[in-house]
Amino acid sequence: MQDPRIPDAKADVPLSDDENALLREMLQSGLPRRDFLKMMAGASAGVFAYQLLTEKQVLASTLALAQSTGAPSAAEGATVAVEFTVNGVSRNLEVDPRVVLLDALREKLALTGTKKGCDHGQCGACTVIVDGKRVLSCLTLAAQVDGKAVTTVEGLATEEQLHPMQEAFIEHDGFQCGYCTPGQLCSAVALLDEANRAECSYVTPDMKSPPTQLSDDEIRERMSGNICRCAAYPQILAAIQSVHSNRKAVQTWGFASEEKLAEIRKELASETV
Amino acid sequence: MRPFNYFRATTGEEAVKTVSSHPKARYLGGGTNLLDLMKDNVESASDLVDLTRVPLTEITDYKGGISIGALAKNSDTANHELIRTRYPLLSQAMLAAASAQIRNMATNGGNLLQRTRCGYFYDTALPCNKRAPGTGCGARDGLNRMHAIFGASDQCVAVHPSDMAVALAALDAKIHVLTPKGTVRIIPIADFHRLPGDHPESDNALQHGELIARIELPPPRFMDHSYYLKVRDRTSYAFALISVAAALELDGNTIKDVRLAMGGVAHKPWRAHQVEKALIGKKATEQNFAAGAEAEMKAAQPLAHNGYKVELGKRAIVRALLRANGTV
Repeated sequence: MQDPRIPDAKADVPLSDDENALLREMLQSGLPRRDFLKMMAGASAGVFAYQLLTEKQVLASTLALAQSTGAPSAAEGATVAVEFTVNGVSRNLEVDPRVVLLDALREKLALTGTKKGCDHGQCGACTVIVDGKRVLSCLTLAAQVDGKAVTTVEGLATEEQLHPMQEAFIEHDGFQCGYCTPGQLCSAVALLDEANRAECSYVTPDMKSPPTQLSDDEIRERMSGNICRCAAYPQILAAIQSVHSNRKAVQTWGFASEEKLAEIRKELASETV
Repeated sequence: MRPFNYFRATTGEEAVKTVSSHPKARYLGGGTNLLDLMKDNVESASDLVDLTRVPLTEITDYKGGISIGALAKNSDTANHELIRTRYPLLSQAMLAAASAQIRNMATNGGNLLQRTRCGYFYDTALPCNKRAPGTGCGARDGLNRMHAIFGASDQCVAVHPSDMAVALAALDAKIHVLTPKGTVRIIPIADFHRLPGDHPESDNALQHGELIARIELPPPRFMDHSYYLKVRDRTSYAFALISVAAALELDGNTIKDVRLAMGGVAHKPWRAHQVEKALIGKKATEQNFAAGAEAEMKAAQPLAHNGYKVELGKRAIVRALLRANGTV
């Protein structure tokens, strides 16, 4: 759910360029609300904008201020422009500074693959890759990724081909409910890069000799930021190890073909009492 | 989260100017602690000055030691070749902390400035002198299994959760701080964090507007014999119940010098001077390590639920020293 206090500028009727410029300038100047409204009301070009403000931003500001203690110069509906790429596509957003990357992805860009788990940096469900590094999108302001490249679970596969890590998760049955899986996948993909960069972990016996081949213990330690409530850990570990070691798992199951399904239906029908 | 103005600073000086001109403004590093606390309205700010673009990220040789940029990420710092090879204790401590994702986000300065905290600090429905001075300490007579056994006050029994800071305490780091006056203030790590006393709301020696620019480490002496031991409820991704940063300088089997600091025991990284005093000039044996541990833990003042930390602390000190010595 989007925070109702957060104004969604994109959803409003577009303002004229003049109105926009005026609005932007005044919102960003951090004026006290009274002065700001007076100025808006007094500006002939601002009448329409004023109406919009009463509906959304002013309401937002008032609610926010009612909760606020001792933050007199806090922004009142001011937004931040963020320009970044998501899965290779350039995106421009105007967001309330409080919006975290997780909510921007899910609510503004409709990329709901990234999941909200604890929303406090404890579960790893919201893991995405920013400039090649795995991070928690729930504790990153959208404003902080300006100019950066974000990869979400939606960006791991191409149109035709799953990412090898995704294939491995399927082969090894590396999930049950699937809620933590997007975070597990992004984390695991970034882990491979960290291993290629010969990074150490806490279980590396000697900090002076980074491991080139990760043991199972190394992978466990490096994936500890991604919690799986179904406890599919052994399969997740097997999936990651298989990609890391370039070992293909023996697939013990497959999707049934249409012919096979028809055969089964027939059998079931004949078994009916 | 309460509303704030958002600024992007491009230099340390610009950031200091902005924050020091607003009494309720805050710096935003990686955000892993501050944003978490702001989401629960435990912390708030009139203005957040984002340091993402401030280039205080260099890790370089400095006066025979090293200078570590305050805005370098924890992961980049821990895995930097100069740190791994000369200060493996620091790499190990940093990699024991949080998760890979959080280490990729958190800055070194932010790690030092994360709040000393406990569950009562997070829960706005409960009393906490650190969050709301004068409301009382919920933990002192409440659930205090994770809490301090050294240096606590009636006002606060929380512990500082950083692993990095424990290694820095053992390694005698110096914190270089940009002040609003345009000067640089150098604070030894021992004086950087504070004990709670009557002002648990204050975790460290920084004044409003001051910004950590870098962390200085003296020339390396312990790279061959050091170990960071972290004991916690689960194998990984948990705060320390007790942690020990141990570093030895050996002459044969004789301890020429020793540094020992503990985490999870006090409001600040706890430098274990009694262990050091007991061990200098002695042989590096388990028996001597145990005597040192005994000397340190004698002063412990456990609460109702954390008495186990006294025995655990002794054993952790011995284990860390044995590992540093290469015995186990």
